[in-house]
Amino acid sequence: MTFRIGPRTSQIIFYVILLTMTAIVVIVLFFIIFYVLRNGVDQLTLEFLSDKTREMGKEGGILPSILGTLFITVVATVIATPLGVGSAVYLVEYTRAGPIRRIISFGADCLAGVPSIIFGLFGFIFFVISMNLGWSILSGGLTLAVMILPTIIRTSEEAIKSVPHTYREISYSLGGGKLDTILRVVIPTALPGILTGVILGIGRAVGETAAVIFTAGSSLGLPTSIFSSTRTLAVHFYILAREGISMPKAYGTAAVLIIIILAINFIAYRLMHRFIARYY
Amino acid sequence: MSKISIKRLSLYYDSCQALKDISLDVESGEILAVIGPANSGKSSLLRALNRLYEIDRASIEGDIRLDNESIFRLPINVLRRRIGIIFATPVVLPGSIRKNISYGPRLHRKLSKSDVDELVERALKSANLWDEVKERLAESASFLSGGQQQRLCIARTLAMRPEVIMMDEPCSGLDPISTAKIEATMLELKKEYTFILVTNNTKQAARVSDRTAFFYLGELIEIGSTQRLFTSPVDRRTDDYIRGKFG
Ligand SMILES: Nc1ncnc2c1ncn2[C@@H]1O[C@H](COP(=O)(O)OP(=O)(O)OP(=O)(O)O)[C@@H](O)[C@H]1O
Ligand SMILES: [Mg+2]
Repeated sequence: MTFRIGPRTSQIIFYVILLTMTAIVVIVLFFIIFYVLRNGVDQLTLEFLSDKTREMGKEGGILPSILGTLFITVVATVIATPLGVGSAVYLVEYTRAGPIRRIISFGADCLAGVPSIIFGLFGFIFFVISMNLGWSILSGGLTLAVMILPTIIRTSEEAIKSVPHTYREISYSLGGGKLDTILRVVIPTALPGILTGVILGIGRAVGETAAVIFTAGSSLGLPTSIFSSTRTLAVHFYILAREGISMPKAYGTAAVLIIIILAINFIAYRLMHRFIARYY
Repeated sequence: MSKISIKRLSLYYDSCQALKDISLDVESGEILAVIGPANSGKSSLLRALNRLYEIDRASIEGDIRLDNESIFRLPINVLRRRIGIIFATPVVLPGSIRKNISYGPRLHRKLSKSDVDELVERALKSANLWDEVKERLAESASFLSGGQQQRLCIARTLAMRPEVIMMDEPCSGLDPISTAKIEATMLELKKEYTFILVTNNTKQAARVSDRTAFFYLGELIEIGSTQRLFTSPVDRRTDDYIRGKFG
């Protein structure tokens, strides 16, 4: 007598396997977040968030690093978003599908996979030394912009490509020109996808260490202009932990960083849903 | 003088010739039905008239005149405003009903909120859709039924105040009631507009059109008053087609 599994049983087995896999992923993720937050939570006071850093981080708060992270991320996003979306629009709307477009997309994919320390090195040589911008928010922001550009280009490209051809046809048939069609139909329709790319980029930029340590430096002063050197939260955490300055402060910093990243994702998610509910 | 006058028109996609030496006039205020089996070039004819073939990278020979002026001399946005088109599958743009209708007019001039209100109401009334949607103009157009979406597309075209309206099998996906509504709309609008109606449905052509043109494999086989063409066609291929022998 042979042992056979009926279709119903195999369905159930398959379902259980998938469920287990998902559960493992979710549990690991939550464990990391929970672990960091639990270790950092007693540091999370108003002073910690609003104080200057003292004694290399052993005492005081992390305000300079919060501001530094914020400014660098804003610089990176403000530079990378228009460049990335613009390139994607150009690629999809103004070039024909063919080898050139494929090569550019492939190049962007490769760039997206380059380790961030390489971008840091590039930023150091190009922005800090050659362009003489020094260790600064600007150098760090520019470097991060270069780093997140491929992500923004590729996600925007896919989003724009998936706008139905018939939408464009309707716009043309109503007397719309190419620019009208792109600005009023293609980009609004692709916006959720484009935003996803931008958010992924922001997420990468906020948590980046290697690329900014070489380009923005690790100064602990309050930043006064985009030419100030600064230390981002991720770099601050890295230095505190590596040099054994203060583990509690390190976890406190990590907790703040995680909360910021969660908040960005949450807000973006809500915005996107509101947008989709309104327009689709 | 004819509204549209087509002289020795040929249209080519890469290698294939979709229209062969077509000459044909469309009179002001008539409904001209264009019938013929698949691949006979009916859609290509419409796409030639508003130069939509240009986005398909097709090429053209011959001349087309609108009110005795070559369409190739007109700015393309003006041409497409004057000759509107409705496609077989209704495509509503993402966004509200109101936004769909004001899309075309907004491309051409600045509009205040009350201008838009007025224009939306007028277009929807002409397309016989106003009563069904007047409460939800701000809602997404994609929730409308197929027949409503097609009437919305008609309203969107009407909002441009075109002179000629071309319809490419506008009822092919619709039930008899929606079809009847659209046919009624056409007959009402006939006073103000010239229609070119491409249809796979010979009965529909017989019901609404004044004249009918029969296309076959890119050629214009026969054109004449609908009454005459359906009762005593001259060409055998026309006869076969309207008796349902092929196509
Ligand atoms: N974008 C295009 N590229 C290449 N060839 C095309 C294109 N559009 C149409 N053709 C070809 O042109 C010919 C005429 O097509 P057209 O769409 O005008 O026919 P039709 O009469 O509208 O047919 P149907 O009743 O199926 O809609 C066909 O042989 C078709 O394959
Ligand atoms: Mg067709």
